[in-house]
Amino acid sequence: MSYLALTDSDREAMLETIGVSSVEELFADLPVGVRLGRELELPPAMSEQELNAYFGSLAAENAHVGAELLFLGAGMYDHYVPAIVDAVLQRGELLTAYTPYQPELSQGVLQAIFEYQTAICELTGMDVSNASGYDGTTVAADACFIAKHATGRSKVVVTEATNPQVRQVVKTFAPGFGLEVVEVPHRDGATDPDELREAAADAACVIFQHPNFFGVLEPAPELAAAANEAEALAVAHVDPISLGVLEPPGNYGCAIAIGEGQSAGNYLSYGGPHYGFLAARSELIRRMPGRIVGETTDAAGNRGYVLTLQTREQHIRREKATSNITTNQTLLALAGLVYLSWLGPEGLREVGETCMSLAEHAKKRLGLPLAFADRQTFKEFAVRVGRPAQEVIRAARERGVHPGYPLGRDYPGMDDVLLVALTEKRKPDEIELLAEVLAA
Amino acid sequence: MKLIYEKSHPGRRAGRPPRPEGLPRAEVPSELARAEPPRLPELAEPDLLRHFTELSTRNFGIDTGFYPLGSCTMKHNPRINERLAALPGFRDLHPHQEEDGAQGALRLCWELQEALAEITGLDAVSLQPAAGSQGELTGLLLMRAYFAERGDGDQRRKVVIPDTAHGTNPASVTMAGYELTPVKTDARGNIDVEDLRGKVDEHTAGLMLTNPSTLGLFDENIEEIAAIFHGVGGLMYYDGANLNAVCGVSRPGDMGFDIVHINLHKTFSQPHGGGGPGGGPIAVAKRLEPYLPVPAIVRDGERFRLDYDRPQTIGKVRGFLGPFGVFVRSYAFIRAYGPKLREMSEVAVLNSNYLLARLRDAYELPYDRLCMHEFVLSARKLKREHGVTALDVAKRLMDYGFHPPTIYFPLVVPEALMIEPTETEAKETLDEFADAMIAIAREAAEDPELAKSAPHGRVVGRLDEVKAVKRVVVRYLFDEHPDLSAEPAAAAAVEAPKGV
Repeated sequence: MSYLALTDSDREAMLETIGVSSVEELFADLPVGVRLGRELELPPAMSEQELNAYFGSLAAENAHVGAELLFLGAGMYDHYVPAIVDAVLQRGELLTAYTPYQPELSQGVLQAIFEYQTAICELTGMDVSNASGYDGTTVAADACFIAKHATGRSKVVVTEATNPQVRQVVKTFAPGFGLEVVEVPHRDGATDPDELREAAADAACVIFQHPNFFGVLEPAPELAAAANEAEALAVAHVDPISLGVLEPPGNYGCAIAIGEGQSAGNYLSYGGPHYGFLAARSELIRRMPGRIVGETTDAAGNRGYVLTLQTREQHIRREKATSNITTNQTLLALAGLVYLSWLGPEGLREVGETCMSLAEHAKKRLGLPLAFADRQTFKEFAVRVGRPAQEVIRAARERGVHPGYPLGRDYPGMDDVLLVALTEKRKPDEIELLAEVLAA
Repeated sequence: MKLIYEKSHPGRRAGRPPRPEGLPRAEVPSELARAEPPRLPELAEPDLLRHFTELSTRNFGIDTGFYPLGSCTMKHNPRINERLAALPGFRDLHPHQEEDGAQGALRLCWELQEALAEITGLDAVSLQPAAGSQGELTGLLLMRAYFAERGDGDQRRKVVIPDTAHGTNPASVTMAGYELTPVKTDARGNIDVEDLRGKVDEHTAGLMLTNPSTLGLFDENIEEIAAIFHGVGGLMYYDGANLNAVCGVSRPGDMGFDIVHINLHKTFSQPHGGGGPGGGPIAVAKRLEPYLPVPAIVRDGERFRLDYDRPQTIGKVRGFLGPFGVFVRSYAFIRAYGPKLREMSEVAVLNSNYLLARLRDAYELPYDRLCMHEFVLSARKLKREHGVTALDVAKRLMDYGFHPPTIYFPLVVPEALMIEPTETEAKETLDEFADAMIAIAREAAEDPELAKSAPHGRVVGRLDEVKAVKRVVVRYLFDEHPDLSAEPAAAAAVEAPKGV
């Protein structure tokens, strides 16, 4: 099957207009030595119906949310995605457009991004947001690049209780940025502000996650203060779902708020595509990476929206740009806007409260020792299961329950610790089943 | 049109999350609790849907009409791919799911890697980079790791980039901690090989090249260029933005490239989504495989597993395996064509040359050669003689119902119009577009104001981009939101690249 529209007679007429006798002649500029000269060795072509069947068979091999009861989170969460998200994202005018370079034809996407930027600023308490980053890991690297140029310093501090993939991505990009990465260990599941203050000396920025990777509420205002005392930019990595109930980073002294948008309006999709968000205080706007939409008018004074402050960007500033990002995650960010608009402020608070209540209820019903008993948590918590967590997961999955994430994968000495996530989709009777499975 | 926040009414709502009864009410400690709720929109679902539907009517996608945005490969997005990506087994699969619960997904990734290796003529693939520019940065980090291990990492600091390159290339060079060495374009639109010779030595890490270039021209000296770089021990990076021209015809690996990124949203039809998502897998030669991001997907017989035990890896560039939903769509696109993928590129090149043939007399053609999948015209003559710029031509095209081409890029062509029709357009569409372009050139002589005041009858007139920079309003400010119509208009338009 192909998606081509030309008939044989079209082709002949077109070749004649061009003045060549065959398509082959159009490739005359290619040296003979670099021509393939054979067909590609790819599996046979498929009709649409065959694609449907083959990809259906691949999908059927996966244990998805409908096949296993999911208490697995660790950065990606099984929150409910309302049907209106699907309906909006299937609008072809939005789905099949590209970056709104021509604003008069792109007011739909531009206004949606402007509304998204507003929602992210409201959630995080920040002044400005970009139009999205790739995911919750890459926006952390973006924050480091901003901080490097804003402070001229060459070290970044990341708390060990920050998502391991976020830390790994920061460490991958830091050497190219000319940055050294220092990690601050957790103490009983949370970060010690004094320890962080010490590490923050001469740092460009301090990145902490709140609630952290263990689901624990960090002493976030104190962590931000520790960064600010060292004149390092305080960067909070936050879960949008938590921001209906938790104070936004802008209100406790952070310079930058970042996060993974998946939990707010995106399907799990085996890790992507999702959106990362990045918002900052207004003085950092000219160092922000990626697209930013601004308001303006036409000659008649009508309100409209355009890509703005583009002299930050690669297509104009080239090697001096604030980032190389071009294609971003607009469609997924649009999903986030639709989701947040569907919930509204009350709904967002309620989702957060329901997750927290379910998590507290689960802690009691499971009856297992908490890994960090003195800590308060949001929608996720760590329990000791008394034997290797991997074994527990294997046994539980045989009963159709995925009980959580094995923290020993990233943290030495935690092989018997399971990280259990509760979203508003879980029900009390499902928690009973989890308790039963884990007790077995 | 009102902003969604201006349609909001306190107390109105759409979604109602579950509130299970009988559960303890969990309290956030007061010092961490939110004091003021975020001012998110408050609308009922019918009004929400109308809002977003109205936004969609104010937007132009491939589904709306012809979208020849050069270097962006705006081809048809088959809807079967949307259906497949939305299968619960893909859409609702947790990325931390154990390997035995994700065999179908892992097989799909592995098969896509195999297909991309064959298409690029290289040995190993990582699907992880989130977009083309992230693929670039990843590729440059592979170079760093490769040279560091060979002991000449400190010496090799320079990356050569031609002046026709996308802005992402030099931006990526800086972010990788390398230094930029620009090289000129010659009179035929190829890299100036003489200029190049003087700039490549033992301090060179490598080259970044788009081939065919952003001029839509295949570099005729590619074998010589590869010999120059490999002769000094440098590496060759292929920017796959224009891969749509050569699939099944010529492979970057056979041209001498060591690292390639593939833009899945361009060549393999992931819908562009108003700006994204994309996908930027990289394919590399065997000697660079050990440095690829982790995890690698390994096949053991009929089972697939993730391998994190790669001591020489550069690390991770994005979460998990990459944008999996993009892989589903792009792999389905590739499987639709199968071994005949070459026809896709042949028709992309045919459509492009046909449009070029129809337009070459009405506009200036800076490099008079057969083009590949796209070509670049100049509106310089219209500007000089009638004051009608590339921007004016672009805006006037909207009146004819077309999305404009990329303009003011590449930078080496003044008043550039960069046109990429793609393979999925019918001849009638190409003819209608050519007729419109020719009519606009004629109008420029007869009534230049038509183009200068375009677009006409759109939801907004030509927007003041300078005002948006002078008075920065990047979010709704509720009661304090300014009225920009009261602010003075800016005098001049910005002649900056629009597209790519």
